[in-house]
Amino acid sequence: MPTVATTVSPPVPDAAPTASGRAGARRSRRGSPILAALPLLAFVAVFFGLPMLAVLIGAVTATEHATGTTTFTADNLTRSVQGAYLDALTSSIKLSLVTAALGVVLGTLLAQAVVASRLPGLRNLVVTASGVLANFGGVPLAFAFIATLGISGVMTELLHLTEAGWSLYTPAGLAVVYLYFLIPLMVLVIAPALDGLRPQWREAAANCGATGWQFWRLIGLPVLGPSLLGGFVLLFGTAFAAYATAAAMVGSVLPLVTLQIADALGGNVLIGQEGVASALALDMVVVAALVMAIYLPLQRRSARWLR
Amino acid sequence: MHAVFSPRTGRVAAVLALSLATALSAAACGAKEEAPTTPAGVAADKATSLADFGGMDALVAAAKKEGQLNVITLPPDWANYGEIIETFSKKYGIKVNSDNPDGSSSDEITAVKTLKGQDRAPDVLDLGVAFAISGAQEGLFAPYKVAAWDKIPAAQKDAEGRWFNDYGGYVSIGCDAKRIAVCPQTFADLKKPEYKGKVALNGNPTKSGSAIAAVYAAALANGGSFDDIQPGIDFFAALHKSGNFIPVESTPATVEKGETPISLDWDYLNAGYAKQFAAKGLDWKVAIPADGRYANFYSQAINLDAPHPAAARLWEEFLYSAEGQNLWLKGFARPVLLPTMTTDGSAQADLVAALPEVDGEPSFPTPAQNDKAKADLVANWAKALAG
Repeated sequence: MPTVATTVSPPVPDAAPTASGRAGARRSRRGSPILAALPLLAFVAVFFGLPMLAVLIGAVTATEHATGTTTFTADNLTRSVQGAYLDALTSSIKLSLVTAALGVVLGTLLAQAVVASRLPGLRNLVVTASGVLANFGGVPLAFAFIATLGISGVMTELLHLTEAGWSLYTPAGLAVVYLYFLIPLMVLVIAPALDGLRPQWREAAANCGATGWQFWRLIGLPVLGPSLLGGFVLLFGTAFAAYATAAAMVGSVLPLVTLQIADALGGNVLIGQEGVASALALDMVVVAALVMAIYLPLQRRSARWLR
Repeated sequence: MHAVFSPRTGRVAAVLALSLATALSAAACGAKEEAPTTPAGVAADKATSLADFGGMDALVAAAKKEGQLNVITLPPDWANYGEIIETFSKKYGIKVNSDNPDGSSSDEITAVKTLKGQDRAPDVLDLGVAFAISGAQEGLFAPYKVAAWDKIPAAQKDAEGRWFNDYGGYVSIGCDAKRIAVCPQTFADLKKPEYKGKVALNGNPTKSGSAIAAVYAAALANGGSFDDIQPGIDFFAALHKSGNFIPVESTPATVEKGETPISLDWDYLNAGYAKQFAAKGLDWKVAIPADGRYANFYSQAINLDAPHPAAARLWEEFLYSAEGQNLWLKGFARPVLLPTMTTDGSAQADLVAALPEVDGEPSFPTPAQNDKAKADLVANWAKALAG
C-alpha cells in the first residue's frame, strides 16, 4: 500500500525580486524546481497514476463477453461492498487494526529497551536484523511458521501447545505471523524518534520531581506522538495489503480482501470477475485514504510540540 | 529537432510526435511475422486440420522452421508435463519456452489477451473446461481438429474444434500411511475424531480448481448433486468445526513436513506425489472415495494469434498421438483417448494398472450446473467456514 508515513515538502523557491526584470533568468529559476521534480512526477504518474486509473476504469465498467462492448456500471462497486466481499473487507480492516496496534506497542517497547540499553553494538544488531525481518514475508514466512508452530510443528510438539489451546490456523495465529514482520518494521520507524528524546529532558523532569510515568505521559509520548501515529499508519497499510502469507496459511477459512482480489483476478474458479477485483482494489484505496484522512489532522495536531 | 527548442506551442506537438515514433518502433520490434503458407496453400495460423498442411511431414517441417513453442502454466510435476515437454522438444528439435508454470487458467487467458501480437504470447493452452468455453466465446482460440478428433467423445470437445478435453482424473484422498494408522477411504471416514487436525485441501475452493472439485465431491457424498453443492460446503464447515479440517494449503513441502498428512487432490497429483515421496521414505497412499466420485478434465486450446502456429498444431498432434497420451498416463492422468486406446491395445498396460482404482464411468456436471455451483460456493463458503 502506498501509505507513506513521512511527508515530503516540495522545494518552493523564493522568487528573487532582483531577477524579476529579466525574463530569461526568471524563466530558468521558476522552471528548475519543476524540472528537478520531473523524474519523480513521471515515476508517480507511470507507477501509481496509470495503475490507479486502470483500477478506476476497471471498477466502473463492464465488458460484455459476446459483443465485446464496454459499458459504465456501478454493479462491480455495489457487489464489492456486499455479502462475502463485505465480510472480507471488515475482517481485513479488523485484522490490520489489531496487528498494527499490537505492532506499535510491542515495537516501541522493544526499540526503547534497545535504545535505553546504550549498547551501540546491540542497537546496530537490532536495527539491521529489523531491516531484514521487516521484509520477510510471503510463502517462505508462512512455511517457516507452519514448520515451527503448525499442528506438527517443532515448538508445538516440544511445548505441547495444542493441548494449551494454540492453533496457528486462526485469526490469532495469523496475527502472530503478521507481528513477526510488523514489530521489526515499527522498530525501524521509531528507533530514530526515541533517539531524539534527549536524556537531559528526563533529567530535567526528574529534577523537578516528576515520576517516570509522569515523564512519559507529559513529555515522552507527546513528543513521540507523530512518529507513533505515522508508524501505526504504516503498519496498518502493510498488514492491510499482505497477501501470500495469509493465502498459504488460512486462505480457505479467513476471508481477506486481498485474497478475494486474487480469487477474482487469477483463480481457476471465477471467470470474468476482473471488474469486482478492481472494485475491491478501489475499496482498499478508499480505506487507505480514510486512514490518511484521520491521520493527517492528528499528526498535525500532535506535531505542534515539535515546532 | 529545431522545433523542440523553439518557444512555441509547436514543440509540444514535436515531443508528442517523437514519443509516438519511439513507441511505434518499439512495438514493431515485438510484432510477429506473417505466418507462412503451407504447401497445401493454407496459412499455418488458419489451418484447421492436418490435411491443411498436407500431412504430418509437412506440419513437422513447418513447425521446425518456426523452431519454438510457447507453453504456459504447465508445472513439470503435474501430469508428467516435464517429460512431455522434453520428449516433444527432443523429437522435433523445437525449443519449448515454458512460462509461468504455477499459474492458473485465468492467468492463461490474461496472457493471451495482454501479450496479443507479441512473439512471447502463449501458443497453446491447458485450461479448466469453464475457461475454455468462455475463452472460445470471446473468440480467443483457433479452431483445430487433431487427427484423433473423432475418437474424442462428443461431450468432451467443442463442435468447432476451438477446445477439446485432454486429460483428467478423480478427486482423491492422499494419506501418509506412516503417520495415519488407518487411512480414510471415504468422505464419511474423514469425519472420524482420529483425523483431528489432519485433513487439508490443496488450496482455497474459491480459487483452486482441485479444491472446489473436492467440495463438489463431498457434496455428492452427502446427499447433494451436480445441482446442489451446498452439502459439500456444509461438510467442510462441520469438518472445520470439529477441528479435522485445517485451512493450510497442502503442498509437497507441508506433506513432507507431516503438517498435512491427509490431502484431498486430483488422483494424478496424489499418485505422482506417492512416487516422488517414496524416494524420501514417505508412504503416500491414494484412495478415490467411493461415496463421492467426482471427475474433471482439462482442455487444450490453440491461441488464435499464436506466434508459432505450426508448432502449436504439432504440439496438439503430439499430445493426441498414442505416445503423448501414454506420457500423460505415465503421470497418472487419465487421457481423454484412454477408453479407445484400451480397446485397441495402444494404451500401455503397466501404466493403466498403476492408476488408482475406480469403478464405473465418470459423469460430469453441465457448464450451467458448474457455473451455479461456483456461484453458490463463492457466495457461501467464507461465511460457512468462518469462526
